[in-house]
Amino acid sequence: MAGKPKLYYSNGRGKMESIRWLLAAAGVEFEEQFIETKEDLEKLRNDGVLLFQQVPMVEMDGMKMVQTRAILSYLAAKYNLYGKDLKERAWIDMYVEGTTDLMDMIMHLPFYSAEMKEKNLALIIERARNRYFPVYEKALKDHGHDYLVGNKLSWADIHVLEAILMVEECKPDILSAFPLLQAFKGRISNIPTIKKFLQPGSQRKPPPDEKFIAKVKKIFNI
Amino acid sequence: MSGKPKLHYVNARGRMEPIRWLLAAAGVEFEESFLETKDDLKKLQTDGSLLFQQVPMVEIDGMKMVQTRAVLNYVAGKYNLYGKDLKERALIDMYVEGIIDLNELILSNIFQPADKKEEHFATVVDKATKRYFPVYEKVLKDHGQDFLVGNKLSRADVQLLETILMAEECKPDMLAKFPLLQSFKARISNIPNIKKFLQPGSQRKPPIQEKDIPRLMQIF
Repeated sequence: MAGKPKLYYSNGRGKMESIRWLLAAAGVEFEEQFIETKEDLEKLRNDGVLLFQQVPMVEMDGMKMVQTRAILSYLAAKYNLYGKDLKERAWIDMYVEGTTDLMDMIMHLPFYSAEMKEKNLALIIERARNRYFPVYEKALKDHGHDYLVGNKLSWADIHVLEAILMVEECKPDILSAFPLLQAFKGRISNIPTIKKFLQPGSQRKPPPDEKFIAKVKKIFNI
Repeated sequence: MSGKPKLHYVNARGRMEPIRWLLAAAGVEFEESFLETKDDLKKLQTDGSLLFQQVPMVEIDGMKMVQTRAVLNYVAGKYNLYGKDLKERALIDMYVEGIIDLNELILSNIFQPADKKEEHFATVVDKATKRYFPVYEKVLKDHGQDFLVGNKLSRADVQLLETILMAEECKPDMLAKFPLLQSFKARISNIPNIKKFLQPGSQRKPPIQEKDIPRLMQIF
């Protein structure tokens, strides 16, 4: 018996966004229950549905899964987006951990003081340009394939696209030195399930605004 | 053709230690190349050996693997410490991510400024005894088996033991309220490969000391 996966999180990107991306790319419809107040979070905790008292939590396949990476790994494997063997998996994991580091930096940005924000934004751009994007550009250059690993769409491609778009929101011309990533971006964005997710009206969430940050601070006691 | 895995890191626990644990538990002999100076790190970076310019890096099976989780996933998968199917893997992943979170919390304690240390320590104890250890105690209670997942040793057991021992280094009676975790600790510690790793002379690293911090910070 399988209903749609149900996502429990606040109505914003945060740690849940990568999960929304992966489900959407895999063509899996999902429901969402939004945490609007501290009381909503407390209720989930008191109900005993959050293994470590934290969200994201995703109800699917009879499980109440928590921990972003656990959820993403499960989805990737279930929907054949995790390579064909242990070695391809290793490459996907390495690439994805890199983009996670980069996207985590962006996610934390709104929570800093104005001065730290500016510093960290500069760091994000520097890291994207000098540490992360060159790796993916080189991977595409070296094998000449359309996808990062195993000549087939995988979690790595979806995650890198998500990261590219997030960094472009910080700096629109971030890909200027990366022609292959530009083509990659165009290509992966055009995959029907992903194209749909990128259109208005999808479950993709917008970048956080001041109002959302204030709400999140309240709910999670930050 | 692969020789022994070769670990590139500083001579300390840090982010490499869970990898040492897992290799040891799997009975895999490994070599280590220690970064002693900033130049050692620079050399690896300019060699092109570090995908994201960072360590840990593990040379294994023709790859130069980076990113702690990627390495752990690969080693666990290769040595059958990752469950038998997707669902067991999901459980293992959930448990392991919780353990990693607690681990990071404990690790970060020594880097706290003097005036924040006591408060941070209290947080570590609170989270360990109220958020994390109760979960694993309950898992063991609910199924009554020797191992966390699938009635078989997995990385979850190895990583939990590592973290229990680290927590006890902070506070020796950390497991006072967790009888099943106490017997779990003894049981997993007695597995021959792990028992060997816990003995003096193994490649297990000692806890980081305050005096080591300046030297390590200098490298990074």
